[in-house]
This record gives sequence, C-alpha cells and structure tokens, in this order.
Amino acid sequence: MTLTTLLLLAAALIGIGIYGALSQQSFVMLMMGLEMILNGVMLAAVAFWAFSGAGVPEGQLLTIIVMAVMAIEMAMGFALVVAVFRGKQADMTESLTGLKH
Amino acid sequence: MNHGIGVDIAFLLLATLAVVTGWRVFRTDSMVRASFFLLVSFIAVGVIMILLAAEYLGVAMFFMMAVEMTVMALFMVMFMMNPAGLNPMNMVHQERIAIGAGIVGFLVLGAMALFAVFPDQPVSASLDPVKSLGNEMLGDSMLIFESAGLVLLTTMIGVVVLSCHRGRYGAAAEGSLPPGLEPGGDPAGKPEEDEEEEGGGHHHHHHHH
Repeated sequence: MTLTTLLLLAAALIGIGIYGALSQQSFVMLMMGLEMILNGVMLAAVAFWAFSGAGVPEGQLLTIIVMAVMAIEMAMGFALVVAVFRGKQADMTESLTGLKH
Repeated sequence: MNHGIGVDIAFLLLATLAVVTGWRVFRTDSMVRASFFLLVSFIAVGVIMILLAAEYLGVAMFFMMAVEMTVMALFMVMFMMNPAGLNPMNMVHQERIAIGAGIVGFLVLGAMALFAVFPDQPVSASLDPVKSLGNEMLGDSMLIFESAGLVLLTTMIGVVVLSCHRGRYGAAAEGSLPPGLEPGGDPAGKPEEDEEEEGGGHHHHHHHH
C-alpha cells in the first residue's frame, strides 16, 4: 500500500465513473457514475493526506467537503429527476430535447 | 508509514473488490443490484481509509453510504426499467466514446500517479487523526465547515421546491408555461402532436408495484 498504488486505484474508480456517467441513459444510473468519480476523489484525497501531506488536518477536511458535495449532488439529482419525470414523463436522457439545436 | 504484510494483502483484496464491484454497477441487469454494488465499492474504499489511519472518515463513509444507497435503491425501484433483473439489460448510449473517455481518464490520472513526484511526508505516529480533524473543523476552518452546513440547508429547501407538486400560488409549473392564445385556453406554442412524437421514440416499460 503505497501512494502510487492508492492513486492508481483512485484513477481506476474515476475512470469507471467517467464511463458510467457518459454511457448510461437512465438519469439515476448516470448519477451513480458521478458518485463513483467522487469515490475516487475522496480516496485520492485521503491517500495524499496520509502519505504526502504529513497529516495536515485540512486534508481530512477536504474529504468531508467532498462528502457534503456528494450528498448535495444526490439530493438535487433526485429532485431534478422527479421534477423532469413529473413534467415530461421521461427518465431517459434522450427524452430531453428542449435545449437541442 | 510502517505497516505489515497483512495491511498490504488487505489493501490488495479491497482494491480488487472496489474496482470489480464498481465495474459491475454499470454491467448488472438490475438497477437495485447496481446500487448495492456501488455500496460495496464505497465500503471497500472506507475500509482502505481506515487502513490509512483516517478512522473518522472511513466510518463516516460507512454510515453515509449505507443510508445513501438505501435511499438510492428506493429511487431505483421507482425508475426501474427491468424489474428484478429478469431480462438482460443494456441501456447505454455513445458507448465507444464513453469507454474511450474512461480509459483516457484512467491513463492520464494513472500516469500522474506513476510519474509525478510527490513529497514523502507520511502521517507521524504520534498524530491523533480524529482529534486533529475535530480541532480543525471547529477551529481554523470553522467558516468552511459551517458554510457546508448552510449549503446543505439550501439544498434541502431547493429539493423541496423542485419536487413539490404545487407552489404557493398554484401548480408548480404554472409560471413556466406560456399563456393561452384565448383566455383560459391551452398553453400556446405546444401542439399536442409534438408531445406525442417526443415520447414515442423511446419505449420502455415502467412497472409500478
């Protein structure tokens, strides 16, 4: 368990998250991709805190902030999904063409 | 940081678990299973955080993700396309671009992990991580911490506004609809044929039990 292996794991999680967020058609599955990206970000932050930052408390604080961002992302995401479904009966990204040229 | 071979083996197993379950999230046939796969991936990362001596963050991850993924599973049931995963499911678009973007993201970040030089300053053994985090949150960084709380409150209000059936003065969507061409008529600029056409392109079945 070194900084390099931890960062490689974080990179793998972020890569899977990018794939999920770009490829999924369902709004809720798309949000899972975003969560996966944040999962990797948190792991990288803790790895830097533990191996490279000499244990400065701001490193842990950054992870707490990312957790708050994750909660906000999920709450707002579900609210938007519900609002969109109520307005358009749509739960797929392709159904929203309002801003398409 | 000194640690034994046991920690290395545990890290290897947990890293494999995190990546495999993370990949299964987007490959399983049931959306509820996908949310539980994501939970397993998060828990594996939480255990790795505990191995890194960030006990508070690791345990906070367990609690937060256990609740979050349970809520997520409920939403998955609401928006499910393939109940119980009985049929093979493949609901992706632009898959090649997505796979390419994922691989490029991994390669760029992985190259940074391999070739960048980071300072080697491990956590000292005398540091109490939980105590130092508590002192930071209620000390120097209190404004940041409190701002996060305020943003969460704003989020709660925004979520209620967005998902509410009706606003204070009538239906929630009222202000967003154009007025009718004659008094009391249907909203202008929205022929019905268009709406039916829009919904027709993407058929999938919703089962609400």
